[in-house]
Formats: sequence, structure tokens, C-alpha cells
Amino acid sequence: MKMKTPTNLWVQRLTGSEEDRSCALTELRGLLVARVTHAFHHNTIVDSSFVEDVVQDTLLKIMNSIGQFEGRSLFETWATTIAIRFAYTELRKRRWKDLSLDKLVELNDEFVPEPEQSNDPNQQERQGFIKAMYEVIHEKLSQKQRTALLAELAEIPMEEIGRRLGSNRNAIYKLTHDARKKLRQGLEQAGFTEADFVNLQERN
Amino acid sequence: MSLTNQQIDVLMQMIVLTKHEEFSCDDCLKRMAEFAEISLQGKPIPDALKEIDDHLKICGECREEFEALKVAISWSAGE
Repeated sequence: MKMKTPTNLWVQRLTGSEEDRSCALTELRGLLVARVTHAFHHNTIVDSSFVEDVVQDTLLKIMNSIGQFEGRSLFETWATTIAIRFAYTELRKRRWKDLSLDKLVELNDEFVPEPEQSNDPNQQERQGFIKAMYEVIHEKLSQKQRTALLAELAEIPMEEIGRRLGSNRNAIYKLTHDARKKLRQGLEQAGFTEADFVNLQERN
Repeated sequence: MSLTNQQIDVLMQMIVLTKHEEFSCDDCLKRMAEFAEISLQGKPIPDALKEIDDHLKICGECREEFEALKVAISWSAGE
């Protein structure tokens, strides 16, 4: 029976002699291929070639950033996290390949800061809240914050928004986080409370 | 174009979950492996990892990756 590599030996083997490194990479490659294949077995886009490419990119990344492994988890789990990130990055890139920057800008340009009117008296309080929310979105958010937030609500992945806006996923997350904070602050200044955020949501 | 009712509810939920300081996606990635192992073992989430939990509630992309990671590592555990 083949022995598994203990976590504390992975780094040693991957940074050791050429022979150790080669054996460790072969072992790790096999593990990651199996895990990525399993994690995406329902996805029809993911075939063996896709998995091979993802694992290859993952192994390169691991060899370049092995010093970042802090030993807080099993080495194999850390490596799998990187592989899963690569796989999803590629899948999202393919899914949204036809999305243009213009389309993102349109989301902002075509945003009408007026909610649809409802005659239902039960909806009046919610309507008032939505109106206030639209005003904050329109008046308090920067154009970039508004574009990123509206794109996120349109379920466009942040890394794809970032790619179009000359940014990256992490920066887009921070941008939309700032937008959410402004939105929350603006609504609180308009007299709404956290209970309103929850209750008016459930009423719909 | 205005937001759909579903988008408005998503946004309201995001506002509820918004904190002054939040982990970014990179922060989340750094600790996701540890968080996934603890989560699969059914252990309580330590305070130091609570912000990962908060981030996963609001970030659909990290949540998607986290779920796939759990599937991937649980498979090997069964080998």
C-alpha cells in the first residue's frame, strides 16, 4: 500500500533534491487531478484536458508560493484550494467571455433611480425604503461603485467585472464593500434601521 | 431600468450583512483550507475564523469555491 505524504514533509520534498521534488510533484498532481475531477464531476465543461490545465497552473503557483503555506491546514487542502480557485476562474472567464465593458457601463447608464410604483398599501413602506435606497445609490455612490454594485446584482462575477474595469476581484470586493457601507449609512441617515432592512425584505 | 424585486431583496440582505471591516476575497482564500477542514469535522468555528464565515455569506464566488473545496477534500477522506 502506498503511504501518504505527511503534511510536514510536503514542503521538504517539494523544495528538496530534484528527485524528491519530481516524486512529490507527481504525487501531488495525481491527488489534485482526482480531487478537481470529483469536485466538478457534474460540470459538462470540465473534461480531462480542462483538469490537466488547471492542475498544471496550480502546481506552478504552488512552487512559486510555497513559502506562503503556513501549516494551518493539511498541505493537500491548501493545494486543493488553489486548484479550485484556478478552475472557477477559468470557468467564469469562459461563461462571461462575451461580456463587454460597454455592457457593464450600460447597467449604470440605464439605471433609473425611481422604483416602480405599486398600489398595494401593504407595499407602501417597502416602496418608501426602495425609493430611499435608489436615491443613495444614485447620489452617494461613485460611478465606479455603482457600476460594480449593479453588475454584482446582475450576478456577474467580481473577477469578470474587475477584468473589464482594469482591476481585480479583490479590489472589486473592496469597492462594493465601500458601496454597501455608504448605502447602509445613507439609509440609516434617512431614518431606516436594521430591523427595517430585515422586515421590509420579508414582506415582499 | 430599475432593479427587480429579487435584486432588491438581495441588496437588502447584503446591507444587513455589511460590517465596517470585512475580510476580502484574498483574506478569505488564505484561511479557506483551515476553515473547510474545521467545517467538515463539525467543530465550532473559532473566533479567528468568524470573519471567513461572514465573508462567505456575502461573497457568492468564495462561497462557490468553498463548497467545491469541501466536495473535493471529502472525497479523498473516503479513499
